[in-house]
Amino acid sequence: MPALTPSQTIGPFLRIQVPYDGEERLVPENDPDAIHIRGTVFDGEGEIVDDALIEIWQANRAGRYAHPEDPRDELPVEEGFSGFGRCATDSEGRFEFITVKPGPVPGPGGRSQAPHIDVSVFARGLLKRLVTRIYFPDEAEANGEDPVLSSIEDPKERDTLVAIPEEGGLRFDIHLQGDGETAFFVV
Amino acid sequence: MSKEEGTVASELTRNGEVIGYRHDDLEVDPPYLYPDYVSTRTRAPKRPLVPLAHTLSEITGPVYGDERIGELDHDLTRQYEDEPLGERIIVHGRLFDQDGKPVRNSLIEIWQANASGRYRHDGDRHPAPLDPNFSGGGRCMTDDDGRYEFITVKPGAYPWKNNPNAWRSRHIHFSLFGPAFATRLITQMFFPGDPLFFQDPIFNSVPDPKDRDRMICRYDHDRTVPEWALGYEFDIVLRGRDATPMED
Repeated sequence: MPALTPSQTIGPFLRIQVPYDGEERLVPENDPDAIHIRGTVFDGEGEIVDDALIEIWQANRAGRYAHPEDPRDELPVEEGFSGFGRCATDSEGRFEFITVKPGPVPGPGGRSQAPHIDVSVFARGLLKRLVTRIYFPDEAEANGEDPVLSSIEDPKERDTLVAIPEEGGLRFDIHLQGDGETAFFVV
Repeated sequence: MSKEEGTVASELTRNGEVIGYRHDDLEVDPPYLYPDYVSTRTRAPKRPLVPLAHTLSEITGPVYGDERIGELDHDLTRQYEDEPLGERIIVHGRLFDQDGKPVRNSLIEIWQANASGRYRHDGDRHPAPLDPNFSGGGRCMTDDDGRYEFITVKPGAYPWKNNPNAWRSRHIHFSLFGPAFATRLITQMFFPGDPLFFQDPIFNSVPDPKDRDRMICRYDHDRTVPEWALGYEFDIVLRGRDATPMED
């Protein structure tokens, strides 16, 4: 059996190839459900990270993934909604996605997962990606029962995964290290 | 349990139980903190990572279609009116999973320095010439056998500020998706016999030398085109599927 190819850093020059124009917009801005999710990436010294690539993966507003392995044919697929987005951080370490809140999706043990977005972080100085999740502040009840959120014991660490409401959308800052370090997952 | 593609997983996902991706062999990857690579010191998380049993969210992932890929996107020597300078090369190989199954119709993206070791990027201050005929970026989809091919020029080595007299080994950045969020991989391909390996902390961050070797392409004389370009073969292996569903 072939052995895995090891991971290496994305390096600082990813913009030569990725992302492509518009990959940060999953829905048109005039979609009635459109939300802006904005954030800044910080390192362990509180400095902004201006050379990161943030990727998101999510279900559509009905909770259906645009992928052949989502077996729930009873839920609608949305034409033009891929569920995938990419955004490189700008000179101030900021990223922004325009998307919709995904519907709930099934989790382990027949439990439902609260609406969430899977996130990958790549950057110079990250020899492999970091994975986190964005949860929604208006889903307190579902968040309280979410099997993944509940698996994090420290409430302060758990809270790093819940976006914060702000003027015009939601904020999801990513702290790679140190004070307020974002909860990251081994996938 | 059999591992026939798709069918078993679909029945299980209906009840919320999924067949995740394999976790064995992940120790081939570098650690987050590798102090010789200075940038990791302030960017590696300090808290232990939280284990996440794969759910439907992790066994699905972006599906790119062929429609986005231009016919010449894999050929970095034909993006401009004239050809770039440098040693023309063909980089080809196959994308597999850990079970040896080809990963079909999957997006591969690459980017690299030009033959002088300079990236077309504002952040690159190396005083080597830009090449007006070379962007350094390309992409393609794997075919039904998981095969891919790029035509480009051999990237130059370049200095970086990690430590005094630090030079990066010649490399091409590779971005791979595979079938799921869990299979996403970004890596670098290196060239055989590079004298700079010994002092390159990014290359050496992979703990086992045998695993480092799998990031080095193989000179492929059969694929070398006489009087035109040298061939290099680089196979890439992504995570395979677990044989049985993950326990809750």
